Amino acid sequence: MKKAKKVFSAVLASAMALSLLAGCGAGAAKGGSDTFKIGAIGPLTGAAAAYGNAVVNGAQIAVDEINAAGGINGYQIEYKSEDDELNAEKSVNAYNTLKDWGMQILVGSTTSACSIAVSENTKNDNMFQLTPSGSAEDCVKYDNVFRVCFSDPNQGIASAQYISDHNLATKVGIIYDNSDVYSSGIYQKFAQESEGKNYEIVSAEAYTQDNNTDFSVQLQKAKDAGADLVFLPIYYSDAALILTQANTMGYAPTFFGVDGMDGILTVENFDTSLAEGLMLLTPFAADATDDLTVNFVKQYNDKFGETPNQFAADAYDAVYIIKAAIEKAGVTPDKSTSEICDAVKAAMLEIEAKGLTSQKMTWEASGEPNKEPKAVVIKGGTYVSAE
Amino acid sequence: MSFLTYLINGLSLGSIYAIIALGYTMVYGIAKMLNFAHGDFIMVGCYIIFSVSAALSGNSVVGIIVAIVLCTVLGVTTEFVAYRPLRGAASPLAVLITAIGVSYLLENIALLIYGADIKSFTSVVNWEGLSFAGGELKIQGVTIVTIAISVVILIALQLFINKTKQGQAMLAASEDKGAAALMGINVNRTIALTFAIGSALAAVAGALLCSAYPSLSPYTGAMPGIKAFVAAVLGGIGSIPGAMIGGLVLGIVEILSKTYISSQLSDAIVFGILVIVLLVKPTGILGKQIQEKV
Repeated sequence: MKKAKKVFSAVLASAMALSLLAGCGAGAAKGGSDTFKIGAIGPLTGAAAAYGNAVVNGAQIAVDEINAAGGINGYQIEYKSEDDELNAEKSVNAYNTLKDWGMQILVGSTTSACSIAVSENTKNDNMFQLTPSGSAEDCVKYDNVFRVCFSDPNQGIASAQYISDHNLATKVGIIYDNSDVYSSGIYQKFAQESEGKNYEIVSAEAYTQDNNTDFSVQLQKAKDAGADLVFLPIYYSDAALILTQANTMGYAPTFFGVDGMDGILTVENFDTSLAEGLMLLTPFAADATDDLTVNFVKQYNDKFGETPNQFAADAYDAVYIIKAAIEKAGVTPDKSTSEICDAVKAAMLEIEAKGLTSQKMTWEASGEPNKEPKAVVIKGGTYVSAE
Repeated sequence: MSFLTYLINGLSLGSIYAIIALGYTMVYGIAKMLNFAHGDFIMVGCYIIFSVSAALSGNSVVGIIVAIVLCTVLGVTTEFVAYRPLRGAASPLAVLITAIGVSYLLENIALLIYGADIKSFTSVVNWEGLSFAGGELKIQGVTIVTIAISVVILIALQLFINKTKQGQAMLAASEDKGAAALMGINVNRTIALTFAIGSALAAVAGALLCSAYPSLSPYTGAMPGIKAFVAAVLGGIGSIPGAMIGGLVLGIVEILSKTYISSQLSDAIVFGILVIVLLVKPTGILGKQIQEKV
């Protein structure tokens, strides 16, 4: 009871402090700000540091480009990023820090759980939030939040479209993890979307996390059914085992994965030649030869000394999408955060954006993007654009 | 033809369960305790082979020998440090809980050293295997080797227990520790020897498990360990041929139920069969009903 009281009073105190700060922020914004203040949040340290740094760096490149080209509607962008260490509470702290600084639009958070936690606050503050890579369904449950990447289940739809559009197969086998919501969610959407497509699902076999060593039956069934493509909506650790076992039994269909497959080349001691020809749905291939990608990869390499991944590309696109929406809405930075949010939110449904991750993106009011799926294929131990 | 393929896959899985179950049943039969850490001894064995092979650029023979030696040391040490002091404890639960504790300890140490990322294990069996009916039916080398090794181990253990003095001492200690001690048998040393053999078997099982299913993580041994325990109980825990039969039955049932019933329900069916067998024959397939003499 005593503890509950303590917690309650702490909540009250912080609420009071927050309302004070919010007052200040709004006042400052009304007082004739002449720059758009965009913040970004991601895990810059810790287990997912590679994701967070990519997002922050990718957004930085876009901001620098836009500012050099004259800004948005003539207004420069001020940009600041904060670390959340892959922790939902720290992500909210990072959000509050950025809000104190005067942030008007948020690019973030990078990961799903953090993005969901922060969206509770952006909802209350009515701040526009665009997550580059939060793929869980709940990330965009509020109407002020949009995303650049596909949602988890929508990867199933996108995969079905891609396989059909590119005539990759006539008979498809599926192996999925029934004990994992990510995997079974993608599988269900994939199966639904496959109805009436130019291929047929000939086997759909599940496994569970307690039963993920022996895949001989699942593979044998796909082989017996004559599947020439096996769809693997699973994480790369199980997939590495499936590829090895398929190889020992002399079965060589096309394997097709989604973003969980990203990382298969990093499994220690894994014979990467087994992954040769593996396709995976990912929005960005660093070796693509279009001007936009080439320019982005070069700048990223020059500034940060590494090749950008899909997270960097999503964030880069996110900043340009915000620019397009602001231009469409015609808002100016001296408006309050809430006014900017309402205008940008409406504009998101009208714009058509082009970026690194897609030639053409439009948005639903639900916050989900509509875009062409892109895939890469593994050749010579690296990702190569499948087109 | 595909039925034969599935049957062979079942035999392959079953013979790995059998080797693990042999270690379980050996320790249970003689020390009368369930070593729940047995599955994790397997995992330790795999990591040792993985590390040594990597250090010696792929020489897995040395890796296996080092793993057998170190696993034996680990088994004997665990017995000495964690199990022996509890042997006289009022409740047999104490040592059971300790075994679960050792299991978690080993898993977490592996997590600390190697991390949670899976590692791909290079098979220690380089033989392609046999191919029949123009490649329609393939038996992998690792399957044949696993079955052969499990049979060899079975025969060797039977001979050891029935024909040697140490083996007879084990039997005596298993029947009555107190009486065996009075007959001049060093019970502690006998049980330590049992653990040494059981843990050495774990290293061999690890090498074969990871060769057939080449993915290595700190939890690699956990589920096969539990399944092998089920196999040992199914065959009659304490009985060495029983472990072999139980393992093979379990492997074949698992693969065939995955194939012909449902890939999601196979575990439910496997454990369901265990329940039925225990209801019909509580001592397992080859278990002996031992009458308590009053």
